[in-house]
Amino acid sequence: MSETQKGAARAEETRAEQVPACGRAAELDALADTLFGGHEALEHADEQEHHHHTHAPASHHEHGHHLLQVEDLSVGFRMYDEDAPFFRARQRFVEVISSLTISVHAGEIVAVVGASGSGKTLLADAVLGLFEPNATVRGRIWFDGELQDAAGLAALRGNGVSLVPQSVNNLDPLMKVGRQVEGFAHPDVPHAERRRRRAELFERYGLSEETAQLYPFELSGGMARRVLLCCALMDDPHVIVADEPTPGLDLDLAVRALDDFRAFADAGGGVMLITHDIELALRVADRVAVFKDGTVVEETAVANFASPDTLAHPFSRALWHALPEHGFRDRNVGEGSGKGGFHA
Amino acid sequence: MFRFVIRNIAKFILLMVAVSLVTFVLVSVSPIDPVQANVGQAAYVNMSEAKRAQLAEYWGVNTPLWERYANWFGDLLHGDLGTSLRFNAPVADVIATRAVNSLALMATAWVVSGVLGFGLGILAGANRGRPIDRIVKGYCFLLASVPTFWLGLVFLIVFSVWLGWFPFGFSVPIGVSAADVTLADALHHLALPALTLSVVGVANIALHTREKTIDVLESDYVRFARTRGLSTWGALRHHGLRNLALPALTLQFASISEIFGGSVLVEQVFSYPGLGQAAVTAGLGGDVALLAGIALFSAAFVFGGNLIANVLYGVVDPRMRKGAKAHA
Repeated sequence: MSETQKGAARAEETRAEQVPACGRAAELDALADTLFGGHEALEHADEQEHHHHTHAPASHHEHGHHLLQVEDLSVGFRMYDEDAPFFRARQRFVEVISSLTISVHAGEIVAVVGASGSGKTLLADAVLGLFEPNATVRGRIWFDGELQDAAGLAALRGNGVSLVPQSVNNLDPLMKVGRQVEGFAHPDVPHAERRRRRAELFERYGLSEETAQLYPFELSGGMARRVLLCCALMDDPHVIVADEPTPGLDLDLAVRALDDFRAFADAGGGVMLITHDIELALRVADRVAVFKDGTVVEETAVANFASPDTLAHPFSRALWHALPEHGFRDRNVGEGSGKGGFHA
Repeated sequence: MFRFVIRNIAKFILLMVAVSLVTFVLVSVSPIDPVQANVGQAAYVNMSEAKRAQLAEYWGVNTPLWERYANWFGDLLHGDLGTSLRFNAPVADVIATRAVNSLALMATAWVVSGVLGFGLGILAGANRGRPIDRIVKGYCFLLASVPTFWLGLVFLIVFSVWLGWFPFGFSVPIGVSAADVTLADALHHLALPALTLSVVGVANIALHTREKTIDVLESDYVRFARTRGLSTWGALRHHGLRNLALPALTLQFASISEIFGGSVLVEQVFSYPGLGQAAVTAGLGGDVALLAGIALFSAAFVFGGNLIANVLYGVVDPRMRKGAKAHA
């Protein structure tokens, strides 16, 4: 990235508590257009590499742009120094995500692979426009070719971008799941219509009508996963952000559980799959974004993981060597990227 | 279920025995001489020795504690709570007339403090750190540290003496025959003591609900609801309320004891003829039967409140309700 682009990113600093006004966003849009020569709207479907990533066969640029494009995203927190004594602790700024760039194309699953606890969920939060009050979020996010500000991202929630969360804890424990899947955020759609759509989705995903009458604690793991997926599909999204949607499943089961995401992508949607499991990512995703130390170090087609020579970043190559079929050669892969380490 | 009922009945009986026993012991060790306290200083001095002995016999001063208790308890088992020597009427009748006043007072305070506290708690929790939160929090801390009787006196001075909006005391207007007292009169007299009691009761429930609201807003399910397009208030309305109401209701039922305790003080300040005031009269006059009766009544009342709080969780929370069914 050139210095001018970095300068532009800095100029766009927006604080979560000071949601940029629409006027300002439009101004920035214009600024981006002049800087990149209207780059975001350009046709670039056949380029081999652009925006720091390579493409998979499934990826396509519908209307000539990415479905979701995140550039130069930084998320930091103002917090008190944990090491200092209580009364002398000073506020400091900790940047958890820095200059992250990632794109989601129509028709593909992009897996964001990184160690547990390394801040991947913050990426999901940023894409969904959910910011903690002490967070400072910078960067540019385009949805369907349009630059979004914080209000724009908030408006897209359940209205273009949907989240599939990790577990049943994301459902209201005191409400029947049917009512929850139907949701409350679309008062303009009659409830009967929502209920019909919910019943349709339940049927498609093999959930019986009685399931709608259950409370979340009564769901089995598999049912819970499908219910959460139905929640997302209820809103007819273009992009699904799935945050570790298959916890506790072994590889084969997880791959099968992700068939539904494959079907969604094949129908023209985009999926950002956040996971710590590189093997899973290589099995189900079209492209892999390697997440390390708060940024994406390489965003590449799954096919490029066939050999270390087609991988650009040393960390990706280390990851390749750490795969079981390549003999776990490098034992230091998980190091320096938070607790947990990689699954492989 | 059966075991639950049996266990609670056993608990209740034990509680009643313990409360009555403690009441009797406390009255017997109290330095108040019932004869002296009830006939008045002047009459006592002028009284003949024989008359005093006769009164002492009437008040049972010389009967040993265990014998008095055994007599009283034996009668209780037949449904006889004894006779109030101070009011010269059966204890059951005294409690019945007084309880109507007290229950009206407590019910009003209970509902108002519950609703107000719940609302303020949510308002503060949803606006954490903002001025409105600080105001509510400050108000609650202030109230929690204000003595009930003092607040009652302040209200009397401000609303009755200065502004003249409310009467100075009692449950009915002075000089009006009982038949002519209207409901409006009764409510007018009830208002100020009920207000005092409500305002004091708000702090607890508001602070508790505030904490719960913050928890709920940080919960995964509210976060998920927000990712589906609900605003913070929308998520709170659809998913927060039912998760907040249950603990708040439980707390409110469990806090009946506090309202009961507060009502004793408030009734005293406002000369409101309720159970609390009768308890004070009975205590200062050595009227052990009435005191024991009131103690039993209030203990049963508080026990009932706590029991409802316990049962409520099982009935309202599907996790408890259906979980119990699955294990049965």
